[in-house]
Amino acid sequence: MTKSTETRVSLADITVSRHAEASIAVVGGPNSGKSTLFNRLTGLRQRIGNYPGVTVERHVGTLKSDNRTIELIDLPGTHALSAHSSEEQIAIDVIFGRMAGTQPPDGILAVVDATNLYQGLYLVQQLLEVEVPVVVALTMSDAAELGGIKIDIDKLSARLGGIKVCRVVATTGKGINELRNALIELPNDQPPRFADAWPELSAAASELAKSATVPLRRAEIERLLIDGASGANQHVLECLGNNASAQVERHRDQLFGRDPPLAKEARVRYAWVRDVLSDVQQKLPPFYSWRTRLTEFFNQPIPGTIGLFVVMAVVFQAVFAWATPIMDAIDAATAALGMFVSRQLGDGAFSSLIGDGVIAGVGSVIVFLPQILILFLFIILLEDSGYLARAAYLLDRAMRSVGLSGQSIIPMISSFACAVPGIMATRVIPNRRDRIATILAAPFMTCSARLPVYALLIAAFVPVRDVGFLNLQGLVLFGLYMFGIIMGVLTALLIRQTAMRGPKPPFALMLPEFRRPNLQTVLIQLLGRARVFLYRAGTVIFSVAVIVWALAYFPRTTDIDPMLSDNEAAAAQLEQSWLGRAGHVVEPVFKPLGWDWRVSSAVIAGFPAREVVIAVLGTVYAIGDEADEATLSQRLKSATWPDGSLVFTLPMVLGLLIFYACCLQCAATLAVIRRETNSWRWPIFAWAYMTSIGYVGALLAYQLL
Amino acid sequence: MAHNGNTLAALKRGQKGIIKAVDATDPQVQRLMTLGLVEGAEVELAGAALGGDPMEFRLFGCGISLRQEQARHFTVTSCDSGD
Repeated sequence: MTKSTETRVSLADITVSRHAEASIAVVGGPNSGKSTLFNRLTGLRQRIGNYPGVTVERHVGTLKSDNRTIELIDLPGTHALSAHSSEEQIAIDVIFGRMAGTQPPDGILAVVDATNLYQGLYLVQQLLEVEVPVVVALTMSDAAELGGIKIDIDKLSARLGGIKVCRVVATTGKGINELRNALIELPNDQPPRFADAWPELSAAASELAKSATVPLRRAEIERLLIDGASGANQHVLECLGNNASAQVERHRDQLFGRDPPLAKEARVRYAWVRDVLSDVQQKLPPFYSWRTRLTEFFNQPIPGTIGLFVVMAVVFQAVFAWATPIMDAIDAATAALGMFVSRQLGDGAFSSLIGDGVIAGVGSVIVFLPQILILFLFIILLEDSGYLARAAYLLDRAMRSVGLSGQSIIPMISSFACAVPGIMATRVIPNRRDRIATILAAPFMTCSARLPVYALLIAAFVPVRDVGFLNLQGLVLFGLYMFGIIMGVLTALLIRQTAMRGPKPPFALMLPEFRRPNLQTVLIQLLGRARVFLYRAGTVIFSVAVIVWALAYFPRTTDIDPMLSDNEAAAAQLEQSWLGRAGHVVEPVFKPLGWDWRVSSAVIAGFPAREVVIAVLGTVYAIGDEADEATLSQRLKSATWPDGSLVFTLPMVLGLLIFYACCLQCAATLAVIRRETNSWRWPIFAWAYMTSIGYVGALLAYQLL
Repeated sequence: MAHNGNTLAALKRGQKGIIKAVDATDPQVQRLMTLGLVEGAEVELAGAALGGDPMEFRLFGCGISLRQEQARHFTVTSCDSGD
């Protein structure tokens, strides 16, 4: 029966994963523990790619046994086979074998949270009607037992048409081997014969299937009956033959009467779920666990809100305080390496390229890896522990006052790490106006690429002084984060009042209980982030560092006064280099902000990726430098205008910080806005809007302070 | 809170109710039904954010948060003495 579906896939699509013998889709609700289980099953044998044409990440891992290889595809979380967001639509398209470049799955691993069998079984019964072999993994079965939930696995299996049900604890690995064996056998199994949940619907779908010109899955025809002939269902209707429309309408009348079909489906299917639950699940008095206690405490409005602010404060403090020793060490190592190289290679272009270009440029960005990893660590921990959803819920009212909903909070908080995943996370927002407003507000959140710029300038120019129990540097950093939030909120408000006027969107959010994050899942995600950052440092930033070095080094001139000291000669050389000339051309534009030509050219070079500005400053100031062993912040402190006055005064630094807090110097963000809004209008608007605000802000700071 | 009547929005913290009727004309309400808020389901008010809105309900052990205006689409009968 599974064979027949392959006729719908062109030959070109099949070759994509020909090395795997079979593929299994991993399907489950958003908080079902699906990703933890996926990581536990595949470990590091996984690849992250994209589905063609969309930005949803495609996680594929392999499962090996003695004689076969099975590909596991971790799908985006979905509550049901009726899509309410583009991410859920992708999960459904893969399940039905409609996704280009992805084989139709030979089996489905349905991941169900044992503490939430109620919603889990809603999805499982729909999956059973897809007519491919299914195995159910009951995750978090340890937590379920603590909560007093006893599940009779054999009875459950019987109610689900006899499919295999495995109890697992993904965090400890309990039951994983049994599940792995079941998965390896799964593609050989027969598809379940299951029509208990809604026999009338199943019968109608089977009757329609008889006239189909190509084989269709029963669940596909069911979706056509329930959701109507829109989107992908249009294709299903065409496959049912010429006069199917009338028949579909007749069945719809019989099945739903005057009820909205989706409401009728929920009523019928949940009635079945409650019947199964009463049969297989026993509720004993719960063991009072720390999770329940913690959840109950934070359910109260005031502890919940205070808790939220404490969590935020700890995150920002940690990012700045914990990373410092490691950063100092990396900084010193870079400086020492640069000195060692220049001593070994002597004078000349090549030595300068390695020492001033590559080591100074890339090194000044690598320094920020510890801070970025600490920030990502916290975001991943907050997400995995279920706290991010709770933050969305606590902040919904505040968000509503600016015309957004609590659902915008998760993209906003993710944007503190990076606006790219943040903007992708807006896909969970069903309302389009809301989504656009969130997309435009998200890049204002202080991302990990802004952090190096802030950290450098704050460490160099804000005095270390205690203000109460905080220090001034931490406070300024916190202020910049708040500034970003306020600008984002004002932007959202502005957009919702002008281009995206409309009624306030509704809000519904699943709130998982707190859970202990799984170390393996956290590490795998963190490793992925580190890899992306280092990859950027090794490619984009490396190339920019080399190009900028070349622009600053050439053309060489012999026409320098021999009476000048080495350092003055180097400065004169730099000034007449390509970079120096370009900097001088744009200097009038940035002079009102107090930027000299070196800062101006660094800012220009940083337009594709804002963290590049550090690398460029590192290169530019390394070349015209007085003492070779000085770190970048010392070099900035001693930079002067031709008349001898300091370039980096406090108003100028504040202006520069404001400029970086606002402007959208990130090609990746522009690209993702383009993809997510499907038009050039929004990225162009966002860029122009944010850059002008940054310029005006920096101008005001410099001129008024 | 007269306008909340005997809907989910009128539950007090810790109080349980069984959904008796759902006004399903709004597609957003249909979405909530897909998440399990249907007739016959037992729901408990677990907490609320500052100002009492949005509210957090427990539904067969899982948490779901709704705004008051949405909670008003669900009529409940209280199943304990807290009424």
